[in-house]
Amino acid sequence: MSDAAEHHVTLSPAFHKDRRAMRLLGIWLFLGSEVMFFTAFFGAYIVARSAAPVSVVMPLEKLWGALNTVVLITSSLTMALAVLYSKKGDRDRTGRYLALTFLLACCFLVVKAIEYTHHFQDGNFPSHDIFFGFYFLLTGFHGLHVLGGMITLGILWWRNRRGDFNKDYNDPIEIAGLYWHFVDLVWIFLFPALYLL
Amino acid sequence: MSAETVNAVVDLIHPEPTSFFRKYVWSYDHKVVAKQYLWTSLLFMTLGGSLAMLLRWQIAYPNQPVPFWGMLLKGHFVFDASGAISPDGYLQLTTMHGLIMVFFVIIPLIVSAFGNFLIPLHIGARDVAFPVLNALSYWLYLPAGLLMIASFFMVKGAGEAGWTGYPPLSDVAGAVAPVWGMNLVLIALFLAGFSSILGGINFLTTVIRMRAPGMTWSRLPLTTWAQFITAIFQVLATPMLAAAGAMLFFDRVFHTSFFLPHGLVIGQSEPVNTGGGYPLLWQHIFWFYAHPAVYILILPSMGFASDILAAFSRKPVFGYRAMVISLVAIMGLGFVVWGHHMFVSGLNPIMGMAFMVSTVFIALPSGVKVFNWMGTLWGGAIRLEPPMLYAISFVSMFIIGGLSGIFMAASPVDIYIHDTYFIIAHFHYVVFGATLFAVFAATTYWFPKMFGRMMNRKLCYLHWGLTFLFFNMAFFPMHFLGEAGHMRRLMTSTGYEFLNPMAPWNEFITLSAFALGLSQIVFTYNFIYSVFFGDPAPANPWESATLEWTVPATVPHYNFKVIPTVYRGPHEYSSPEAAPADWIAQNAPPKGAAH
Repeated sequence: MSDAAEHHVTLSPAFHKDRRAMRLLGIWLFLGSEVMFFTAFFGAYIVARSAAPVSVVMPLEKLWGALNTVVLITSSLTMALAVLYSKKGDRDRTGRYLALTFLLACCFLVVKAIEYTHHFQDGNFPSHDIFFGFYFLLTGFHGLHVLGGMITLGILWWRNRRGDFNKDYNDPIEIAGLYWHFVDLVWIFLFPALYLL
Repeated sequence: MSAETVNAVVDLIHPEPTSFFRKYVWSYDHKVVAKQYLWTSLLFMTLGGSLAMLLRWQIAYPNQPVPFWGMLLKGHFVFDASGAISPDGYLQLTTMHGLIMVFFVIIPLIVSAFGNFLIPLHIGARDVAFPVLNALSYWLYLPAGLLMIASFFMVKGAGEAGWTGYPPLSDVAGAVAPVWGMNLVLIALFLAGFSSILGGINFLTTVIRMRAPGMTWSRLPLTTWAQFITAIFQVLATPMLAAAGAMLFFDRVFHTSFFLPHGLVIGQSEPVNTGGGYPLLWQHIFWFYAHPAVYILILPSMGFASDILAAFSRKPVFGYRAMVISLVAIMGLGFVVWGHHMFVSGLNPIMGMAFMVSTVFIALPSGVKVFNWMGTLWGGAIRLEPPMLYAISFVSMFIIGGLSGIFMAASPVDIYIHDTYFIIAHFHYVVFGATLFAVFAATTYWFPKMFGRMMNRKLCYLHWGLTFLFFNMAFFPMHFLGEAGHMRRLMTSTGYEFLNPMAPWNEFITLSAFALGLSQIVFTYNFIYSVFFGDPAPANPWESATLEWTVPATVPHYNFKVIPTVYRGPHEYSSPEAAPADWIAQNAPPKGAAH
């Protein structure tokens, strides 16, 4: 085990409980700030959309969007399972589900890349009109958050393989889980707002 | 360390660093991070103040070459070929002065420097909740500050759309305005904002989860309460700035049109971008952040003042509970008043009325605090030490600044005084007169704890006298200028006939401002000299009752040898229990109890 792991392992369960409460409070506060961040974008989008003629429809392919929605919701499931097994101390299953979440996130970004390529080929750059501006703004920042989550998942998978986590100390996975569910939640708002309505 | 089992998270002593890098550069000690912020923001204050001196020169002596600096730098930066300030340069000065002072001086100083140093000590903790995040926060802030400085070196200079960055002016890269100058400013603000949000998360978690045994919410020093409420603002409001800045960046770099309407042309050019956006949208998103930001600028200094006034009146703060409720009320109302910055923007007048009502309401908790400060002083055994003198000045100048704010809250009046010098007078009274004087109070008060030495008393009094005098001479006349209709961000008032009678005031203000700037040399000398050569300080030179004074003058790495147990409130001065002494520390066990 690494020094860090040994250090964490020999600290008492009571310490970990205290520390866990602090870490979870920290990530919830961070997610609060992220909500405010995306609220600004959504609010602006709603203003722009309400002022537009009723007939405006975003020329987006609903199928890709629906596929991405399924991919992300499934990845939330695999993430939740990773958290569950990490709490049980099941190193193998934790690693497996972390990897699956990572792969699903990859799929999401690949689909988005395909969509972006189609848009550029059609001449729909962010500068094309206000709605594509919002589309690229919203999905762009969401995609960056997915990427950040993927990097975190990668690091966690590697740490898990190294044996850093056990029944008493598995906070980073739970924290990443909360973040990942948030990223999924943003998409669940994005998909109807951009693709369906 | 690895063999021991540690139970309470508050009692974990991290090993003390040994290398220079871990001690002074990448430090997990909140006291070191605080000092990093302190030194850096004082340096930025020098820069921001110098920018103000330059623009004051231009206002008083329009188009005259600036002495020395004009000769040295003519043709570069904000100077034109003759060494005077160029029109673009003037706008850059006003913009960058504002941005640097708000984001790189005041907020880092009162929140990150003093908050970092004091919060763990005030609550009886060994450090903040997330020491690594703390170090990261500083190392996001410093590069952001360097980017701001770098923007001056870009082709066409730094941002020049005012610190409020209104589009279309802030949006039209290249056509008339700086390109990378403004882009770097936006990136810098994004980084600084991120640093701020992480700091806020840190402080909130620290205060909620790491208070020592017995340190209940009603026993927290008011400094800590103020920092706590400020941190809530930071976490919830700053992301809006990030969002607005991102949209502006997209407009500039990817040519979207979030803030540009259809058909906007500049000169004879093609329409700028494809249009379809709303300039007013920027104002809403920006001010949704920037109004809470001004509360971030004042709340911590209210906290400092409360604790300092109590300590030097030898009385508890009058109405501790009312003070806390007022802080919470300011927090709640602070999110619903942003429209008062937009009364003349074309905002729906009914919305204007709603914002007028909420703005007038938010004056109430501030008023409660002013009366409570006066109540704290009333009948106290006043010790007129330098921190006390600065703190009393804070109250009096906050009253002036706050009263001028009421004028603006009334939208009929604001229609006349918006974008005039009346506004400039108002915010300089609350940010300089109030907050910065509270910073001087806090610095002189906590200097012995931060550096183990005392500042020179006589120089403190001298600095106070000069600053108080010249500050009022420089900024009070701005109220008259504003009432006369003198516009903001105006490079040359001589072009307007109706402003000619006010020209002598402009010169008077400029000369007072120069004197004010020079007076800060006294403080700078006092501060730097005392850090290295000041008289060694005792652990509790001011006989104060809060927890930070129970540790030695040079605070050890781990703060408290033993985590204290708290038995009473933070302002136990002149308490009968303390007799014959006139104060009793928060962690002193009740008299008569077994030790």
